[in-house]
Amino acid sequence: MITKDLSITINGKQYRLSVGARTLLVDLLRNDLELTGTKVACDSGSCLACTVLVDGKAVKSCSILALQVDGRSVLTIEGLANGDKLHPIQESFVKNHGLACGYCTPGVIMSAKALLDENPSPTEDEVRHVISDHLCRCGAYPKIVKSVLEAAEIMRGE
Amino acid sequence: MMKNFEYLAPKTVKDALTLLAGDQGDSKVIAGGQSLLLLMGHGLVTPKYLIDIKGISSLNYLQKTQSGLEIGSLTTHRSVETSPLIRNGFCVLAQMEGALASLETRNWGTLGGNVCHADPKGDVCPVLIALGAKVKMISLRGERTMAVEDFSTGYFETALNPDELLAEIQVPNPAPRTGTAYHKFTMIEGDYAIVSTTVSITLDASNEKCKDARIVLGAVAPAPMRAKRAEKVLVGREIKDSLLQEAAQIASEEAEPVSDMHASDEYKRELVKVLVKRVGKEALEKAGMA
Repeated sequence: MITKDLSITINGKQYRLSVGARTLLVDLLRNDLELTGTKVACDSGSCLACTVLVDGKAVKSCSILALQVDGRSVLTIEGLANGDKLHPIQESFVKNHGLACGYCTPGVIMSAKALLDENPSPTEDEVRHVISDHLCRCGAYPKIVKSVLEAAEIMRGE
Repeated sequence: MMKNFEYLAPKTVKDALTLLAGDQGDSKVIAGGQSLLLLMGHGLVTPKYLIDIKGISSLNYLQKTQSGLEIGSLTTHRSVETSPLIRNGFCVLAQMEGALASLETRNWGTLGGNVCHADPKGDVCPVLIALGAKVKMISLRGERTMAVEDFSTGYFETALNPDELLAEIQVPNPAPRTGTAYHKFTMIEGDYAIVSTTVSITLDASNEKCKDARIVLGAVAPAPMRAKRAEKVLVGREIKDSLLQEAAQIASEEAEPVSDMHASDEYKRELVKVLVKRVGKEALEKAGMA
């Protein structure tokens, strides 16, 4: 197998890895680094279950080669909590039951994080616009939107 | 399972062009790869060498010049969507980008990648064609420009030579009294177009008669197409509802849709008829205010 060197920061930790050319970012995370919080659902770039942040922007880790992220910084769902203390978005999802089966949840939370970092006071419409691209086949959308809006309030210190 | 390939990541345009100059027909350029990796994952595209240009920062820019906008091919969809430079006269670009796939795709995918992918259902090219945009292609042999309209030659095919790279998209300033409107008909937000329609109308100095018109249809032919017979109906005349109706009817006859899982060809023709009239009316209103 043809491999190349990859220098990457994941959840604040620096890695120097040797990676196969066709390895997708999501496969690097899940298979090589055992960061299985990031999910694969549709495997066709449509569902956003695999969403992670690259340099602070939400992207689909199933649609990016691991080698394309060389020199960049990745944040996955495992990097959100501070030790045992959950991130306010995670807290809000627990409190508001912002999930049913939970499979889409890591992706949804990462997109919510990107949204709130860019816009701390989104309107309900703005939250819906971002969340609508995520496929949640349990149909938990109303509680997802409520969770994100409440997390925004908490993060603003209200 | 994706077939293996050799990954090459040139850091400069010159390095990329040198690699392309030596291409034996087995290289493929990847930018954001939001469409390409899907095709590679299904084994539909199997390059021996994958040339990743995403890291070439000199092709990532959006600037306003006297003649219009110059957009580097590696500018992301999201950068176009949110650029303050496109609010004046190019709002339709932001509108199109805002409905292109998901935010996650727009954050990584590039304008040039989308244009080169040449998906007949692609969002970008029809709007660029309506705006009269051009592409600049470069190679070690030199550079050339071409209308986007001529660049998309067919089903996933473009006029790009194997040794060339799409470097820049040039969008001219709209002529005075020009309005451009766009609508993408989809099953769900951000989906591929079932039919997309872009109409650009330029009024004459009296603000009454149509001086120039472009009607561009997406997803109803192997490449984005101008409904040229329908355009001719509008040019030189005062645009009223009945005239738009006539143009819409002709555009629906010019379209070459095929049935698929989303809609029959008859349904798509009907959509063209409805959308050309509706979007044409919106373009006309905008032209009157421009």
